[in-house]
Amino acid sequence: MGSTLFEKVWQQHVVKQNEDGSTLLYIDRHLVHEVTSPQAFEGLRLNARKPWKISATVATPDHNVPTTDRAQGITDAVSRTQVEALDSNCAEFGITEFGMNDIRQGVVHVMGPEQGLILPGMTVVCGDSHTSTHGAFGAIAMGIGTSEVEHVLATQCLIQKKPKVMRIRVEGALPVGITGKDVALFIIGKIGTAGGTGFALEFAGEAIRALSMEGRMTLCNMAIEAGARCGMVAVDDITLDYVKGRPYSPAGENWQKAETMWRELYSDADAKFDAELVYQAADIVPQVSWGTSPEMVLPVTASIPDLASAKDDVQREGWQRALVYMGLEANMPITAIAIDKVFIGSCTNGRIEDFRAAAAIVKGKKVAANVKLAMVVPGSGLVKQQAEAEGLDAIFTAAGFEWREPGCSMCLAMNADRLEPGERCASTSNRNFEGRQGMGGRTHLVSPVMAAAAGIAGHFVDVRDWS
Amino acid sequence: MQAFTTLNGLVAPMDRANVDTDAIIPKQFLKSIKHTGYGPFLFDEWRYEDRGEPEMDCTNRPLKTDFVLNQPRYKGAQILLTRENFGCGSSREHAPWAILDYGFSCVIASSFADIFFNNCFKNGILPIVLDEAIMDQLFNETAATEGYRLAIDLPAQTVTTPSGQSFSFAVDTFRKHCLLNGLDDIGLTLLQAESIHTYEKARAQQAPWLF
Ligand code: SF4
Repeated sequence: MGSTLFEKVWQQHVVKQNEDGSTLLYIDRHLVHEVTSPQAFEGLRLNARKPWKISATVATPDHNVPTTDRAQGITDAVSRTQVEALDSNCAEFGITEFGMNDIRQGVVHVMGPEQGLILPGMTVVCGDSHTSTHGAFGAIAMGIGTSEVEHVLATQCLIQKKPKVMRIRVEGALPVGITGKDVALFIIGKIGTAGGTGFALEFAGEAIRALSMEGRMTLCNMAIEAGARCGMVAVDDITLDYVKGRPYSPAGENWQKAETMWRELYSDADAKFDAELVYQAADIVPQVSWGTSPEMVLPVTASIPDLASAKDDVQREGWQRALVYMGLEANMPITAIAIDKVFIGSCTNGRIEDFRAAAAIVKGKKVAANVKLAMVVPGSGLVKQQAEAEGLDAIFTAAGFEWREPGCSMCLAMNADRLEPGERCASTSNRNFEGRQGMGGRTHLVSPVMAAAAGIAGHFVDVRDWS
Repeated sequence: MQAFTTLNGLVAPMDRANVDTDAIIPKQFLKSIKHTGYGPFLFDEWRYEDRGEPEMDCTNRPLKTDFVLNQPRYKGAQILLTRENFGCGSSREHAPWAILDYGFSCVIASSFADIFFNNCFKNGILPIVLDEAIMDQLFNETAATEGYRLAIDLPAQTVTTPSGQSFSFAVDTFRKHCLLNGLDDIGLTLLQAESIHTYEKARAQQAPWLF
């Protein structure tokens, strides 16, 4: 019997199989940011421990950094302390850090792949749930807690129980206007936020194969929103083309050797999965979340659900609470929802292709009068530089968007970028929980083109109708 | 990690079910960069009249006099007696950190939330599960006797009252081993250092670009 992609990568990282069923798993790459790492570093100090393999770890501050003029530093004292702690911890332990003013700084999940720090077949961890992003490279990439951050720093290993594997195939070609984000939201809408619990997901099928690396990253990024341990996509030419020539990727003889190994990273034709789901790409319509959980999502052509259509009381209560929080009425068409703010950015959709696509929508147009703030936040300094080289910043600013410095920004509102109570946002981020983008703020998750179009129209529109 | 073997400690009763991690340590303290120092903020909202903020000096904050841990007779308690589903809510390790920093190294309840239960072991705290009926008895005895202490014996897996009555409790062999020897997961994994080195050597041959 053949092996799944997950199984192949897992087996290559088993240091020791324990009798109690757990595995000591070797970790190739550890990304670190300022929020979940300070206590881990302190733990090392308290126990007089050193990082096991310094070169495996790379850090950057992202959650707390301001997206306005960096020359001012960080004005919020608590945020500043966390960022400074990361700086000094990295200096003390000799860990490579792309600091706040380094052009390579960015959201950790944008920075890593961009630098070639994420390679096919790796095991990747980070004290952040959206580490699942890196599964796009045929890697096992998992979010971990602070104790585990310390564990990986000290031992380069994690004690893990092997999850089950589910393959989700999306067959056929994606229609025009449908992005990796729509695929992700569509799947979560189908299987729910606990649909992937206990599983590693493999995304496969023609529609996935056709996605760019950036689209695959967007998709894997949201595997965690489906409750999965990680999401993965098999390695192919698209993967290798993306990885080749990046600062930390292998070159010369090592590249040859690596390529041979990486070409094996796919699920064998006779591999067995613990579960398998199949969807048709043609059925996917631009998605808009309407509630306070990523599974509360609908095609833009739909209307807010009627409580009567809920499958049970638990769902009905959830919907009811969400409708109240979101300030929406049942049966209202999605396209009738007017917005106050637009946020284009985050580790889900803060990459160059996202900005190219959004810029193409807003070019020569103006942000609607009812939109108070439309902001574009690059995922990294290099994304920002590239976009500026292509003149995208000029297109955005001419249309009335603000062009910011890189960071997590309004994805979680830990810095100054946030929604005020009651404000409604078309956002390219990944979570629409209550208060996620600011206390009382209302988040609608969409793709970059849908967010851009909503900013111009002042309400949600079907981007497929736009030329 | 501090080893846990035996403990003869003063008992403090918190007669509530479903004590969640938000109550144990409110969210504003998650912005702190420290691993320690959460003790003064343990049960912050129940314990003080004002709102706590990270880094605050708690020595002169107004105390809620009706909160059990504020009673002088429970000062210095090391064993927390509580009710079912203790530690429910988020996975924040700040919760066990705060409990330990306050001075508790053993929590006895009729049940615990899963993640919190795990986090306790990772931080040198022994969570003990006893039947409701035994819990009722311990709550009664604690209330009736000032200075009430319990003797915890992890090797023997027993809780003994001052009158000599003993109750046994269950604990996973692996976790018991870790606690007895003060081994956190890291300490344990480091015992496998040889295996990790061996793995790395082989892997470096196979995939030299990773090393
Ligand atoms: S962009 Fe948002 S989801 Fe991504 S790492 Fe930052 S806060 Fe987390």
